[in-house]
Amino acid sequence: MSLAAQVGIRLGTLALDAALTAEDGETVAILGPNGAGKTTLLRGLAGLAPIDAGAITIDGIRLDDGGGVFVPPERRPVGVVFQDYLLFPHLSVLENVAFGLRSRGTGRGAARARATAALERVGLAALGSVKPRELSGGQAQRVALARALVTEPRLLLLDEPLAALDQTTRANVRRDLRAQLGAFGGVRILVTHDPRDAAALADRLVILEAGRVVQSGTFADVSAHPRSEYVADLVGMNLLRGTARGDRVELPNGATLIAAAAGAGDVFAVVHPRSVSLHRDHPTGSPRNVLGGRVETIDATSDRVRVGIGGPVPLVAEITPASLHELGLIEGTEVWASVKATDVTIFPA
Amino acid sequence: MSRRGRRTPWFAIAIAAVGFAFITLPLVGLIQQVSWGSLVDDLRTPEARAALRLSLVCSVWAAALAMAFGVPLAWVLARVEFRGRAVARALVLLPLVVPPVVGGVGLFYAFGRNGLIGQYLWDWFGIQLTFSTAGVVMAETFVALPFVVITVEAALRGMDRRYEEAATTLGARRSTVFRRVTVPLIAPGLVAGAALAWARALGEFGATITFAGNIQGRTQTTPLAVYLLLESKPEIAIGLSIVLLTVCVAVLAVLRDRWLGAG
Repeated sequence: MSLAAQVGIRLGTLALDAALTAEDGETVAILGPNGAGKTTLLRGLAGLAPIDAGAITIDGIRLDDGGGVFVPPERRPVGVVFQDYLLFPHLSVLENVAFGLRSRGTGRGAARARATAALERVGLAALGSVKPRELSGGQAQRVALARALVTEPRLLLLDEPLAALDQTTRANVRRDLRAQLGAFGGVRILVTHDPRDAAALADRLVILEAGRVVQSGTFADVSAHPRSEYVADLVGMNLLRGTARGDRVELPNGATLIAAAAGAGDVFAVVHPRSVSLHRDHPTGSPRNVLGGRVETIDATSDRVRVGIGGPVPLVAEITPASLHELGLIEGTEVWASVKATDVTIFPA
Repeated sequence: MSRRGRRTPWFAIAIAAVGFAFITLPLVGLIQQVSWGSLVDDLRTPEARAALRLSLVCSVWAAALAMAFGVPLAWVLARVEFRGRAVARALVLLPLVVPPVVGGVGLFYAFGRNGLIGQYLWDWFGIQLTFSTAGVVMAETFVALPFVVITVEAALRGMDRRYEEAATTLGARRSTVFRRVTVPLIAPGLVAGAALAWARALGEFGATITFAGNIQGRTQTTPLAVYLLLESKPEIAIGLSIVLLTVCVAVLAVLRDRWLGAG
């Protein structure tokens, strides 16, 4: 176990009490609404907010136990990418990246050499001498990442690393970020409120609500079986990875899905369960996607029922209990699912 | 005037003009008294040169001391939470409003030869601050210190402390954070504080003459010389006044353009 944390922090009305474990090479996304305690959890891990109860252990070394043990942030093997990156405005890009090395006692020349190499790895070697205010949002994000990683931490914390970016750069930066995270061998913890970031970047999801972990697991697990309506609304979407060719998304098993907008390359296709209609007989009409399958799961959450359909294109449909009754669906029933092309949105993976 | 906008009431303009004239007329009065032809010679007289040299030395020392004590003081007031912080801040800023002559009397009974601390300085070390150049520096520091505290504390409160947190997560110890992040980020406040403190020290009169006296070459700074010479040698007094005025205008211009933001 590389990171084992039980973080209890009281802060105003927030009572955070969350358990979190992660292995080397794993990216865990912490997802939740505003005020759920996501950033406070990161601050606890970084040592910026001492915990009131619990324990934080990295590689078997206790960093904080809410009592006698507290390793201050400057001595933790933790790198942080902050929400608006917080690049020091008075230092050049290279000096920003070298800051951590200089603070830890590396000589000027060696620090500059290593910082230059780190900038090369994120493709910004040419911008070493400029000031952060001259960078684009995506460039600033890469510099922040290089700065956090140059000291070779064991744990990397990213607080909403894509929130400061506009939608068009976001997809590209997200793809770059995934490659960069893949090159870092330690534990990565990512805070986000955007399920697409979690889907594209994380191996595992931890959903935080009012300071508590309400659910955790892979994106597929959580989105297929959301345990609360909040989770269902947040991540309870059908997320299918495939290759876009024009308006067709080809899934790895050969099945295709038709979307209204064209895409290219590696993409996620998103279909909200409410957009999936179920039929006992092959339907005719406008929906471009009509997919055969078999009912695999039926989850009832209050006034809605989520029906999992197995088949070439696995989908979850959200219907009312009345529809479920009328269609007479039970596990194993053969059904047709229809989805309008306009309800299939795609975004680059 | 825009036809769509409301008309500016004429009486407001009239009163504002009176106020403006009230501030500027004394400057005009001073400037029209200057005998420009002999200005350089007037400033070369022994009295003027001694006063200017002493003022320069003492005000630079005072500004440096005000920074040396004022920056840590501002940091404590901005960052350390303790009981009575509001009272402590009010006391530190007191010299801004207390009549300087009262400050001078206070300094006399604290650091004078019979003062609270001054008696021991005299008995144990033979140090006498009254009627000495060091006394001038002390009087000037006393009135200049609040300017440093007020500007630097505002800068510390106004800066984004998350930069300091970012530095901490990068492995910087407290002293490194202060030196490499805090100080550069509040640099405008530091410069403004130093400049205001220096200008205030340069013009200091009341506390200086009360505490340090009026000895030419030792404690007679430029403002004291102006006061003393106005009767006997008005052309030198006016020349020195012009120097002080020019310096103050220059400080204001620098602060306004670079740090305070032009209106």
